[in-house]
Amino acid sequence: MGLSLAFHIVFAAAGIALPVLMVLSDLAYRRTRDADYLLLSQKLAKGAAILFAVGAVSGTVLSFELGLLWPRFMGTYGQVIGLPFSFEAFAFFTEAIFLGIYLYGRERVSPGLHLFSGIAVAVSGAASAFFVVLVNAFMNDPAGFKMTGGRVTEMDPLRAMFSPGWSYETLHTLLSCYQATAFVMVGIHAVLALRYPAHLFHCKALRIALPLACLSALVQPLVGDRSAHHVAEHQPLKLAAMEAHFHTGRGAPLRVGGFPDEATASTPWAFEVPFGLSVLAFADPHAEVKGLTDFPRDEWPPVARTHLAFDVMVGAGTVMAALALLTALMAWRRRRLSEGLPDWLLKAWVAASPLGLVAMEAGWLVTEYGRQPWVVRGFLRTRDAVTPVPGLSLPFFAFFFVYLFLGAMVTVLLWRQIRATVPGRGEHAVAL
Amino acid sequence: MPSPYDDAVGGLLALTLIAYALLGGADYGGGVWDLFATGPRKREQRALIASAIGPVWEVNHVWLILAVVILFTGFPPGFAALSVGLHVPLTLLALGIVFRGAAFTFRTYDTQRTAVQRRWGQLFSIASMVSPVLLGMTVGTLASGSIAVVLVEGVPSVAGTWWTLFNLLVGLLALGLFAFLAAAYLAAEAESVPLRRDFSRRARSALGVSSLLALATLLCARTAAPRVWSQLTDGGLARLLLGAAVLCSLTAAFALGSRKPRLARALAVLDVSLILLGWVASQRPYLFAGSLTLTQAHAEEQTQKLLLGALAAGSVVLVPSLVLFFRVFKFSGRSVDTHG
Repeated sequence: MGLSLAFHIVFAAAGIALPVLMVLSDLAYRRTRDADYLLLSQKLAKGAAILFAVGAVSGTVLSFELGLLWPRFMGTYGQVIGLPFSFEAFAFFTEAIFLGIYLYGRERVSPGLHLFSGIAVAVSGAASAFFVVLVNAFMNDPAGFKMTGGRVTEMDPLRAMFSPGWSYETLHTLLSCYQATAFVMVGIHAVLALRYPAHLFHCKALRIALPLACLSALVQPLVGDRSAHHVAEHQPLKLAAMEAHFHTGRGAPLRVGGFPDEATASTPWAFEVPFGLSVLAFADPHAEVKGLTDFPRDEWPPVARTHLAFDVMVGAGTVMAALALLTALMAWRRRRLSEGLPDWLLKAWVAASPLGLVAMEAGWLVTEYGRQPWVVRGFLRTRDAVTPVPGLSLPFFAFFFVYLFLGAMVTVLLWRQIRATVPGRGEHAVAL
Repeated sequence: MPSPYDDAVGGLLALTLIAYALLGGADYGGGVWDLFATGPRKREQRALIASAIGPVWEVNHVWLILAVVILFTGFPPGFAALSVGLHVPLTLLALGIVFRGAAFTFRTYDTQRTAVQRRWGQLFSIASMVSPVLLGMTVGTLASGSIAVVLVEGVPSVAGTWWTLFNLLVGLLALGLFAFLAAAYLAAEAESVPLRRDFSRRARSALGVSSLLALATLLCARTAAPRVWSQLTDGGLARLLLGAAVLCSLTAAFALGSRKPRLARALAVLDVSLILLGWVASQRPYLFAGSLTLTQAHAEEQTQKLLLGALAAGSVVLVPSLVLFFRVFKFSGRSVDTHG
C-alpha cells in the first residue's frame, strides 16, 4: 500500500500541476502569439496525458488495494469516510473528460471551449487531490463518529469529511504538488538554457515555471507552520516524534538532525536551538511541550524515522524558500525574470530541482510514520486493519516491479518529449 | 426485504457497472480486435481501434472506480468480503488494468517503429483479454454464491472458492460480449465500406461465440448457480429480460448482415444491457447470492442518504460534461487523429 502510494503521489502530483502550467503557457501564447508558448503547452499537455493515464491506472489499483490490503479499515470505516471518495470519483471523471477534449479536440472545438477544458482539467485535478487528502486528514485526526462495542455509532459523515485538520493538510499538500512539479520543470529547462543559451524556448519555459516555483516555495513554509501548530495542539504525540522530543518540559529546544534512540529516550548528535520548539509550536518560549515519555510506549510512532523524515522535509523546504527569495529579489531589482538570471543562479536551480519531490515524499512519510501504530488514530491499529489473506509478499513484489517498470517508462517518454525541444531536433518534435 | 435506500444505492451500483460494461467493456473488446487484426486491412483496423479508444478510454474507465467507491461507501462489509474472498482474481485484475492502460498510452507516445509498436500492442491486447475474464469471474462468483459470507459483528468471514467452471464460463462470456460490443461500435464508426464489413463480420462471429457461451453458462447454472437457474425457470423478471436479450441478439445479427451498422450498434447496447439487467434482477436482494444480502451489508441510512446526495450533486456536473464529450468525439462524424 505504502509503495503504491509513494509511487502514485509523484505521478499524481505532476498530473495535478502540469495542467496548470499547460494552461499558463496556453494563456501566454494567446497573449503573445509566440509559437514557442504553443509548443510548450502542447508538450506539457502530452506530459499531462502520459502522467494522467499512469495516475489513472495506479489510482485504480489503490482503490482496489484499500480493500485487498485493509479490508477491516474499509469494512468498518467505509461508511464514515466514503463520501470524499465519491466526490473524488466525480472530480476524476471531469478531469478525464476535459483532458480528452483538450488533447484531442484542439481542432474540433472552439478556442474558448478548448481553453475552458484546460482550466477544467487543472481545477478538477486539484479537486480530486483535495478530496483524497481529506481522507488522510480524517485518518490523522478522526471525527464524526463514535465506537461502541466494535461498531460505528453516532455517525456524522460530513464532520468526518471535514475533520479538524482538513484545511491545513489539503493546502499544504496541494502546494507541495505545484512546488515539486514546478521545481523539476525549472531544473530541466535551466539545464537546457545553460547548454543552449541562444535557444529562447527554454527561457520562455522558465518564465512560465519560475513564478509558480517561487510563489509556492515562499508560501509553503507559512502553510507548513500553520499545519505544525495544528499538529502540536491536536496530535501532540506526532509532534513529539517529529521533533524527537522525549521529555515533557517548558522552554523546549528545537532539535535538528541527530539520531533519536527510543531505548534511552535521547537524541545524541542533534543540534539544539534553545526554546525553539516551544516558540515554533505555541509561539511562547516558555510553553510546555509534551514529550514522548508521557504517552504509552506501545503507541509511539517510529521516532527516528519520523524525526529524520521531518528534518529532510523542513531542510529541503528551507533551501527552496531561500532560493525562491533570492530569485525574487534579483528579479525585482532587474525587473525581469529568467532572461536576466545569471548562470550561477540557474545552476543553483538545477541543483535544487529534485528538492520539491524529496520534500513531498518526506512530508508524506512524516504523516504516515507519525500516525503509526494506527491507521485511524486512536481507533484502529495497522496490524488489525491488514487483510487475513496469507502470502502478501508475492503481490507486493509483483506490484513493486510493475511500478518500477511504469516509472522507468514514464521517465523515458517524458525525456523524449523534452529532448525533442532541444535545438536541431525540433522537426522531430512535430512528428511525435 | 431491502429498504428503498438499499435498492436505490444497489440500483445505482448496478447502473454504474452496466455503464462500465457498455463503455469500458468495449475498450477491452478493442484490445481483442487489435490482436486479431488480420487480412489486407490489418493496419487500418488497428488505426481505427486506436482512434476510437484513444480519447475515451480513461473516461470510460472511471465508471469502474465509481462502482468501487459506491460499493465501499454503501456496502462496506460487502466490499471487505469481496476483497478477501476474491483477493487473487482482483489483484490480477488490478495488474491487468495497469498493463492495459499503460501499454496503450506508451504505444501512443513511444516511437512509431514497428517492433516497439508491436510489443506494446501485444501487451495491450493480452491485458485487454485477461481483465474481462477476471471481471466476469467476479460477477460469476457473486451470482453463483460459490463464495459464502458470514458477518460476525460487522466483520465478514468468507468460505468457498472463486475458481469454478460456472465462474470461468461467465468470465469468458464477459470477454465474448465485450468483443461483440467493440466490433459493433467499430463497424458503426468505420468510414470506409470494406472496414465496416470487416468489423460487421467480427461482430457477428463474436455474437455467435457469446451465444454458445451463454447457453453453456445457463446449463451449468442449474447445479452451480441455483438462484440464477430458479429465477430463470420460475418465470419472473429475469426470464423476461433474457427472452428480450435473445430477441435482440437475433435482430442485431440480422442488422449486421444487412449493412445497418448504426442499428446494430444500438441493438448491441440494448442486448448487453438486458443481459446485465437479468443478472441484476436475479441477484437482488443479495450481494453474495445466498449468503449476504444488501440489507446485511448496508451502511447506515445516513451514509446512504449522503451518498445518494453526493451522486446526485456529482451528476449535475458529470452529465452535461459527458454529453459534451461524446458529442465532440463520437457523434461528430469524424474520426480522431491520435497523433495530432
